Amino acid sequence: MERVSRILGYTVILFMILSLYGAFRIAPTERIMGDVQRIFYFHVSIALQAFIAFFVVFIASIVYLLKKDLLWDRLASCAAEIGLLFTTLVLITGMLWARPVWNVWWTWDPRLVTTLILWFIYVAYFMVRSAVTDPGRRARFSAVIGIVGFIDVPIVRLSTRWWRSIHPLLSQEGGGLDPTMMKVMLLVMVTFTLFNLWLLWYRFNLAQMDKEVEDLKMTLEEGG
Amino acid sequence: MSYLRAVFTILWKDVLLELHTREVISSMLFFSILVVVVFNFAFDLRGEELLRYAPGVLWIAFIFAGVLGLNRSFLLEKEEGGIIGLMLSPVERSAIYSGKVLSNLVFMIIMEVITGVVFFFLYDFLPLYRNLPSLVFILFLGTLGFSVIGTLFSGITVNTKAREILLPLLLFPILVPVIIAAVSATGIVMRGEGLEEASKWLKLLVAFDILFFSLSIAVFEYVLEE
Repeated sequence: MERVSRILGYTVILFMILSLYGAFRIAPTERIMGDVQRIFYFHVSIALQAFIAFFVVFIASIVYLLKKDLLWDRLASCAAEIGLLFTTLVLITGMLWARPVWNVWWTWDPRLVTTLILWFIYVAYFMVRSAVTDPGRRARFSAVIGIVGFIDVPIVRLSTRWWRSIHPLLSQEGGGLDPTMMKVMLLVMVTFTLFNLWLLWYRFNLAQMDKEVEDLKMTLEEGG
Repeated sequence: MSYLRAVFTILWKDVLLELHTREVISSMLFFSILVVVVFNFAFDLRGEELLRYAPGVLWIAFIFAGVLGLNRSFLLEKEEGGIIGLMLSPVERSAIYSGKVLSNLVFMIIMEVITGVVFFFLYDFLPLYRNLPSLVFILFLGTLGFSVIGTLFSGITVNTKAREILLPLLLFPILVPVIIAAVSATGIVMRGEGLEEASKWLKLLVAFDILFFSLSIAVFEYVLEE
């Protein structure tokens, strides 16, 4: 297992270098936006990772409620942490891109609003976790939030789209993407998916070790 | 005891409790009227502005007051040990949930209607009564959505260390669709357009209510399980 994770780690580093090279050297400069458009490869890939991470939270939460094994709660909370990290990065990279291109840091576009609401939901997820001490109870509560929160996202998306439907949308889906750009995009997406996996792997192992330490402490206290 | 009877028994218990203590509705009502008054100074609500802001002001008042009421109602249960009695009673957990959703819904609707009447007198606001049945319908759907999620989450937050502050933090992001739909639909009706103009918002509210009500029925047993 140790070997697999190491190989995965090196692969991530290699792919990350390739991605940087691809995004900054190989991909052509966008005609209107210029170099700033290059952040888009990372921005979109990170957004995808946030979604994958929250999907893991959703599934792990359901499995926890069915099986009552705290392992699934640890997996859910680790994935939620990573999802929150990626959501924060999506918001930041989006703002960096929006300022030169849209001339504003923020606009109440449905996609942006949905991401922001997503961020709020999972921040609340962690606030609840930190306010409950009993592990079983904490796991049940956060599983419920993990499920409700994930299901809510498409509805938030729909409602925010209808809400601004009278206004012109700033972010219209671009028509065809240049083939080279598309290839770089795919490469960066794969890179970040591997990165996500690797992060989750390490974070989850850390959580497992944490738990083992807690268990050992308990045994020691009981023994002494 | 049949399921429905259990639900209505719990609703009746809450109504009786409220008749004796008069804590939940009165504090919610007082708060929502205060919000309406304070918004007047914040936005100088007159003429055109009034019609534009009224749906938002009213719903913000309802939702803030609703959070207050939810915190209050579960705290009452917890302080007096009522929640243990509920859990020991031979009814399904989801029946407890449904009963609580109904009682929170009823209390909030009472608070909202009275706030609406006060709003009418304070601002001489005729649009409020332009299409009363439609408005009450929207009020019902929006408040039901609030109560469905609010009851589930207050069952969670009442068992945490920072309950009063956690409830809104958890509730508001999830409720964004309800807030948008309710405010938009209310605005449409107040402007004198028909209910069919607001049909997509009503559908969204109905979908939200049904979806999260069935989901909460399924997961509430994990919230109350001890």
